[in-house]
Amino acid sequence: MSIYTELFLTFSKIGSFTLGGGYAMVPVMEKEIVDKRKWLSHEEFLDILVVAQSTPGLFAIDMASHIGYKYKGIPGGIVGALGVACPSIVIILLIAMFFHAFKDNVYVEKIFMGIRPCVVALILAPCFSMARSARLNHRNLWIPLLCAALIYFMGVSPIWCILAAGTGGYVYGKIKS
Amino acid sequence: MIFLQLFITFSKIGIFNFGGGYAMLSLIQDEVVNKHHWLTVAEFTDIVAISQSTPGPIGINAATYTGYTAVVNAGYPQWAAVLSAVMTSLSIMWLPFILMVSISKFLLRHKDSQWIKDIFGTLRPAIVGLILAAALMLMNTENFGSPSQTTFVFIVSVAIFLFAFFGTRLFKIHPIVMILLSGLAGLLIY
Repeated sequence: MSIYTELFLTFSKIGSFTLGGGYAMVPVMEKEIVDKRKWLSHEEFLDILVVAQSTPGLFAIDMASHIGYKYKGIPGGIVGALGVACPSIVIILLIAMFFHAFKDNVYVEKIFMGIRPCVVALILAPCFSMARSARLNHRNLWIPLLCAALIYFMGVSPIWCILAAGTGGYVYGKIKS
Repeated sequence: MIFLQLFITFSKIGIFNFGGGYAMLSLIQDEVVNKHHWLTVAEFTDIVAISQSTPGPIGINAATYTGYTAVVNAGYPQWAAVLSAVMTSLSIMWLPFILMVSISKFLLRHKDSQWIKDIFGTLRPAIVGLILAAALMLMNTENFGSPSQTTFVFIVSVAIFLFAFFGTRLFKIHPIVMILLSGLAGLLIY
C-alpha cells in the first residue's frame, strides 16, 4: 500500500468515526498518528495542535492537513485534508438527497419540530463552557456581549467582529507595553 | 452565478473561522441565511442537528448540504448539485491550507510571543459572542413557534429547549442523545 493511500485511509477512518467534530478528534488522531503509526513524535503533535488552534479554518481539517504536511509535504497535506473530509461529504450528500425527498413528510416534520429548539440549546450551552477557556471575567465580559449585540441587533457581519477583536488585542498589547 | 457565489462565500467562511464549529455557525448563518437566502432558518437548524448526529466537522457538513440545496433550489439538475456540494466543501478548505503551510514555521517560532497572546486574549472572548449571536438568531418563530398563534408548539418548544440546555449543562447528557430524545418528543407530542 502506498504511503498516500495509507495516509488517506487513516484520516478517513478518523473522519468517519468521530462524532461531535474537531476537538473530539484530537485523542483519536493522537492514538493513530503518534502511538500506533509513529508518523510524528508527541512534541511534533503538540506543536501542530498549537498551530491548528491559532490559524483559521476547520480545526479537524487543519489538524489533518498539517499532520500530512509534516509527514509527506504538500501532497501529504492535501491527502490528509481530503481523507478527513471525505466521509462527511459522502454522508451529508446522501442525507441531503434523502432529506429533499422526505422533508415534507408529516412525521419527519414532527421529529424536526421537536429537534429544532434542542439544537438552539446545544448551541447556547458551549457559550458557558467556552467562557471558562476564553478566560472571561468582569473586565472583558463586554467583548462577547458587544459582539453578540452588534451581530444580532445591528446585522454586523461576524467577520468584522473577528477582525476588530484581533486588531484590538494587538493594539492594546502594544499600548500596554 | 450561484457556483461562483458559493465558492467565494465558503472560501470567506473558511479563512475567517477561528474557534471551531460553533463559532463558525454565526459566519455560515450570516452569509447563507441572512445574505444569500440559500437556506431558511429552519433548514439551517436542521443541518446543525444532522451535523451533530453524523461524523465529521460541522463546517464541512454545512458546506456540503448548502452546496447541494442551494443549487437544487435554483433549479439545476441533481448531478450539478452533487458537483456543487463537493466544490463548496473544498472551498472552505483551500485558503486555510495555504495559510497553514506558509505560516506554520513562523507561528511555532512565535507561539509564546506576547503579541500572539494579546490577539487571542480578545479574539477568544469575541468568539463566545459569535456563538451567542448564532443561538439568539435561531430563537425565532420558525424554530419555536409563535406564542400568540401556535401557543402549544411554543410551550412545547420552550420546554424542550430548557430540558436540552440544563440536560447538557448540568447532567452532561450527550448532544446526540438529546437530539434523539427531542425528536422522539416531537413525534409523540405533535
